[in-house]
Amino acid sequence: MSDHHDAGQEHDPGPRVGLSPFAARSRVLAALLVEKGVLTQDEIRRQVAATERRSPETGARIVARAWVDPRFAALLREDFAAAVAQVGVDASGLVQFEALFNTETVHNVVVCTLCSCYPRAIIGNPPDWYKSTAYRSRTVREPRAVLAEFGLHLPPEVTVRVHDSTADLRYLVVPRRPSGSEGLSEEELAALVSRDCLIGVAVAASPVAA
Amino acid sequence: MAVRPSPLAVGVGVRVRTTGPSGHVRTPGYLRGASGTVVALLGRFPNPERLAYGAPAPLVALYRVEFAVTDVFGPADGASRDVVTADIYEHWLEEVQDRE
Amino acid sequence: MTAEREPQPRVLAGGPHDIGGAPGENPIDRAEHPQEDWEKLADAVHHLLVAKGHRRHDQLRRAIEALSREDYDRLTYFERRVHASQVLLVESGVLTDAEVADRLQAEVATWR
Repeated sequence: MSDHHDAGQEHDPGPRVGLSPFAARSRVLAALLVEKGVLTQDEIRRQVAATERRSPETGARIVARAWVDPRFAALLREDFAAAVAQVGVDASGLVQFEALFNTETVHNVVVCTLCSCYPRAIIGNPPDWYKSTAYRSRTVREPRAVLAEFGLHLPPEVTVRVHDSTADLRYLVVPRRPSGSEGLSEEELAALVSRDCLIGVAVAASPVAA
Repeated sequence: MAVRPSPLAVGVGVRVRTTGPSGHVRTPGYLRGASGTVVALLGRFPNPERLAYGAPAPLVALYRVEFAVTDVFGPADGASRDVVTADIYEHWLEEVQDRE
Repeated sequence: MTAEREPQPRVLAGGPHDIGGAPGENPIDRAEHPQEDWEKLADAVHHLLVAKGHRRHDQLRRAIEALSREDYDRLTYFERRVHASQVLLVESGVLTDAEVADRLQAEVATWR
């Protein structure tokens, strides 16, 4: 096929600024669920707080540990939940996680074309662009063009492996450790790992730039 | 649902079925009819096509299948060796015997 | 049977959400907005309803996918989720659309 002209590419609503008509609806649904005794105000408060504590820094910590500790890296590959438990992260739950290790010859990038599956329990909520029509539709079809838009230009000898999260697994990309990072502490290494690295649209910063 | 006598082995060629149940499915349209290679057996999970309707969901095997981007979308600049993987439930896959 | 290595025609047969590989060259808008309170609330409510066994996440997806293409494209991510959440709550008999509408009306009245 591959006559890719026009047709069907709807524009993205994107993040909407200002009051959504669904803002009030969201509050009404929560209020009714509390009144009917399905949920409690306290449960909701605690859940919001728990979600707010999630951050890509957790993912960065996992990556930094994998860089300094080959045994941890091996365990992360084999049994993600057991490995991250060692750094105080709870990855037990309904979905399984898997670490995708970038190598000299393979670069991993994650997308969810059908909805916006994302390793939230580990790194928080996805950015708006991860949920956008453009990212979801294009990443599987033209990954290099998408990565180039993020400023990531990979040499042709590197294979791009796009992971479409279609089912019960969630993916965390483990970027390659940048050269020149020998001798840095685990904390300093973690600071080189951005959220975008963990999705696969960036590589770890070089220590000079950080 | 047909019970597969033995699981698909890593490395075997498969084709994604073009049709399946109507309603909620997790097999994306762009992969329907595409040929790829099984790269992992991920385990057995409750069938989401049943879960979506609150129905009892038998466990089904889930495979990671790898496709060449060019096989799915045709040749494009610089994409010749790039691959896309998706996690696909067993009843959407048929083994392809005559692969080159 | 299609010849090997020859890209086969694809049927984009799914719902409005099934957009992987769809044609179009739209650049990716990388602007990000901090999550608003009502969005956090929607997330928390859904998470709790799943955790307490009232629904499966698959059901929320199914209700989102039942949107018309127009509505799917018009609504933001969290708007779709709030809509679908209401659909499921009505479906399971926890509340009615009329109850929600009445309460919304009352909320609007307090702003005047």
